Amino acid sequence: MNWILALPELVLALSGLAILGIGVLPKRNTHFACAMAAVGAFLLAAALAIGAPEGSAFGGQIVSDAFTRFAKVLILIGAAAGVVLSLDYNAREGLDRFEYPVLLVFATLGMLVMVSANDLMSLYIGLELLSLSLYVVAAFNRDDERSAEAGLKYFVLGALASGLLLYGSSLTYGFTGTTNFDRIADALSDPSKASSGLVVGMVFVIVGLAFKVSAVPFHMWTPDVYEGAPTPVTAFFAAAPKVAAIGLFARVLGGPFGDLAGQWQQVIVLISLLSMVLGAFAAIGQSNIKRLMAYSSIGHVGYALVGLAAASEAGMRGLLVYMAIYLLMNLGAFAVLVAMRRQGRAVERVEDLAGLARTDLSMAVWMAIFMFSMAGIPPLAGFFGKMFVFKAAIDAGLWTLAIVGVLSSVVSAFYYLRIVKVMFFDEPAGALDPRPASVSFVMAASGVFTTLFFLYPAPLVAAAQAAVAALLG
Amino acid sequence: MTQPLLADYFPILVFLGIAGGIAIAMVGGAYLAARQKPYAEKLSTYECGFAPFEDTRHRFDVRFYLVAILFIIFDLEVAFLFPWAIALGDIGWLGFGSMMGFLFVLTVGFVYEWRKGALDWE
Repeated sequence: MNWILALPELVLALSGLAILGIGVLPKRNTHFACAMAAVGAFLLAAALAIGAPEGSAFGGQIVSDAFTRFAKVLILIGAAAGVVLSLDYNAREGLDRFEYPVLLVFATLGMLVMVSANDLMSLYIGLELLSLSLYVVAAFNRDDERSAEAGLKYFVLGALASGLLLYGSSLTYGFTGTTNFDRIADALSDPSKASSGLVVGMVFVIVGLAFKVSAVPFHMWTPDVYEGAPTPVTAFFAAAPKVAAIGLFARVLGGPFGDLAGQWQQVIVLISLLSMVLGAFAAIGQSNIKRLMAYSSIGHVGYALVGLAAASEAGMRGLLVYMAIYLLMNLGAFAVLVAMRRQGRAVERVEDLAGLARTDLSMAVWMAIFMFSMAGIPPLAGFFGKMFVFKAAIDAGLWTLAIVGVLSSVVSAFYYLRIVKVMFFDEPAGALDPRPASVSFVMAASGVFTTLFFLYPAPLVAAAQAAVAALLG
Repeated sequence: MTQPLLADYFPILVFLGIAGGIAIAMVGGAYLAARQKPYAEKLSTYECGFAPFEDTRHRFDVRFYLVAILFIIFDLEVAFLFPWAIALGDIGWLGFGSMMGFLFVLTVGFVYEWRKGALDWE
């Protein structure tokens, strides 16, 4: 038994319990102290994750390698930024309860377990810990009807997705006799063992995971939940859990089901195509910017899955680079959304950004950079993410996927550029409230990354390459 | 008994017979020996303090459910403790430590619910 391999998870679990204790024992409001402690726990866990040795522990339930290191660091960055973005917003909306950082710590713990899972059981436990925490934070503004509705919808559909995933896992267990990823891979290395029952089980596992990453046709919950949940919660949803679930996708399909690539490739191609097209077209008519970002995130999942559909080393690398860039630029875009307040009230329509360039030029410029990057305009980071996945798709002979991807990113450019047009050319709708330093910090850090990524892409690409080598090795 | 597998299950069959016999004896004995004075309230279905038949869109006190949920957590804890206590000799310090970890997590949750006032009825 090698406890050291699970050190980041153990640290997060213990700090979650400690923060819960610190939060509930004093009589006064401890939200800020708990939030700071949570950020500290995330940074400590990230440091431990970077230095974690490799190997597998707990009877093969969890594994630690270059892939888990890559995914964990991204997840912890996303989670820490999620807490930082919530600080000021929650205080102003009366949501400054210490349970918020505690729930985010437990959600993050779930994500870490997910990406280091090497067994269908630990996968499920991680996924469920994440989901249960997210259901609660979606409904965190419980006196608000839309937030409560978001939480309930997410819970009902999430429970359905968990059921499908479990059903798929049980079929997989029934046909291979094991839940361990390595032994499932061994069982499948003989192609005659790949019975149709096993393929059905794998497809159910894919469906369960597709729900979690909100890929079409399992995306129905996303717009409502993103719109209804408080904005910092939406920012958190769109960042770290996406990376964790896509990472899990890569792990499950690249590892245990790697030899069934011919079978799952068609499924991934289909959901990737649908996600890209729906993400591009459905967002055009949206006037609520959180809803628009929900469709945008569906589209981005579609682009990321192009890399997975290629089922090659280059494709997996593209997938990981895409998710890293998506996470870091999305945090900046959501920092702008969190900063959208006028006269003490949160506003969330696209028109509320009108004339932002004249009232707050720096925020308008950052937002324009994020929008250009999401549309995939060089030399911003988003362009490189798309380039990696499309190139992998072309190398794998998936021309349709690459062409549809490029065309749908042209369509999606319409609504990204519309936001830029509203900010720079429309009549001002009145100044937004001054934004807090914490939000400006996330915005600027994300903006600098998005702008300057092209100068020095090597470390990220190399880390993704090492992660893929560990994943497929 | 030609099949040893079925023979292994014979005690269960005996147990089922005894259980059924005792159940019938108790209900039947009450039916035969006790005085029967039925009235409408007594014959209605018992439903945890609520009227059994009424509109489902009805307000109820959420505290009932809070208490029920909190009870289930500690109920399960005890359900885990029994087999653990039986097997403690075989599972050693690792088993002991695992259960202590589990109890510690539950205790933190218990402190939380206590401080939040979930256990105060008023």
